[in-house]
Amino acid sequence: MDPIVELKNLRVEFHAQNSGSARKVAIKDLNLKIGAGEVFGFLGPNGAGKTTTMNVLLGFLQPTSGSAFLFGVDVREPIARQRIGFLPESTYYYKFLTAEELLRFYARIFGIPRAVADERIDRLLSLVDLDAARKRTIKTYSKGMQQRVGLAQALMNDPDLLILDEPTSGLDPLGRMKVREIIQRLKNAGKTVFFSSHELGEVETVCDKVAIIHQGELKVEGRVADLMAKHQANLEKIFLDIIGYQPPLAA
Amino acid sequence: MNAIMAIAGVVIKELYRRKDFYVLFVLTAVVTLLLASVKFFDDRNIVRYLKEICLLLIWISALVIAITTAARQIPAERENRTLLSLLAKPVTRGQFIIGKFAGCWLACGFSLVVFYSFFGVVSGSREHSFALPQFLQAFWLQWSMLGIVVALALLGSVVFAAPSSNGTICFVVVGGILLLGRHLNQVALRLPEPRRTLLYTLYFLLPHLEWYDVRDLVVYDQPPVRWAACGLAMLYAGVYTALLLYAAWLVFRRQALNQ
Repeated sequence: MDPIVELKNLRVEFHAQNSGSARKVAIKDLNLKIGAGEVFGFLGPNGAGKTTTMNVLLGFLQPTSGSAFLFGVDVREPIARQRIGFLPESTYYYKFLTAEELLRFYARIFGIPRAVADERIDRLLSLVDLDAARKRTIKTYSKGMQQRVGLAQALMNDPDLLILDEPTSGLDPLGRMKVREIIQRLKNAGKTVFFSSHELGEVETVCDKVAIIHQGELKVEGRVADLMAKHQANLEKIFLDIIGYQPPLAA
Repeated sequence: MNAIMAIAGVVIKELYRRKDFYVLFVLTAVVTLLLASVKFFDDRNIVRYLKEICLLLIWISALVIAITTAARQIPAERENRTLLSLLAKPVTRGQFIIGKFAGCWLACGFSLVVFYSFFGVVSGSREHSFALPQFLQAFWLQWSMLGIVVALALLGSVVFAAPSSNGTICFVVVGGILLLGRHLNQVALRLPEPRRTLLYTLYFLLPHLEWYDVRDLVVYDQPPVRWAACGLAMLYAGVYTALLLYAAWLVFRRQALNQ
């Protein structure tokens, strides 16, 4: 079966700021495959290259070399994004729109017929607990509500692949639990979820597979259960070992 | 087309949900109505002055709406990161630019309809007559000109990061063309080479926005411009608008959208 997400020898280089002509390698020859129905956690410390990888997958950034595919289609083709949903980190949606208008706007982008869009908007707003606030403009929303409306927009086209960039960042425990529930529900529905997170406990709970990236290099990839069995440790310990974290010596 | 119209729809909603348009309209209405209520030495030409001032305010308001609306579109999408949600959907960068343009231009059109309706009511009530063809030409040519201005501001917004600097540059360029554009060839004649050629080249390269200013037709009840000339002016505006949008797309399509 064809993978849903495929990265082949992906390399991304940037002109490093304040260092003349030197180039910073953000991603070093990354190879990754994500199969249908998997919940895949993409882990790494800040600056490891997680978001850069997602930017390439979404067509926001051209790779220096290598290629990336969604559903077997090169990510440079806009049609590759027809069946995906994306939740960027900390987005402030059009504050002059209501949640309902925002979702209707995205429905129009996908060309979803009015009746289907109406039904889907109702369902998504109740899924993310924004039914009561659907007629309020987004400028009156709290950060958690904004994140939830973001999750609803990512699901508007009933995507087969959901890409989430730190979906629980800035959320309170209740909001995090809600996001976890939604990911679990998507998994049960056979959807593929690719997400980055710093919440390792959460990743351990919901992910089938994880990849740990550090300084642009893929350090480890595998099933969560297999990794934990192999290293005889939880995901947090494995993560810290892989990135070379040395705990301070006790006095 | 769905994507373009959806993007344009959001821009139009933004215009009527923000205060800018209402502030400018109320300001224009208050100044015009105040002047209309005053009698200056029983001057019979007072209606002309009134029309001239009202049309000047409409021109200034329309330029403010066009430039500020267009200049903030792309930087605001970047800053709020809505650009990422939008371009993660099957929307090309070309559709995004055209959608933003269509939204800004239509929003300017709706604003002009409101302003010109007010102007029509005020001038009609004072003169008890209404020169519809001149009125329509003034509206239509101004709207065509705003297409060039909106496209210029959109191009600026993909080049300059800050909407304020883009807005200021656009106001200077548009104001400069409107005030000096028609005189550049005469100035060029008095200059030595190679400055003469340079200024002539600039004269032919710049979009002549001043051609679209036909306020005198309405103020002095002059006969309307030939409709063929209006059609050519529209074509001229369409070509410049398309060139500016193409340039905006060329710059924007290669830009990395780092989060």
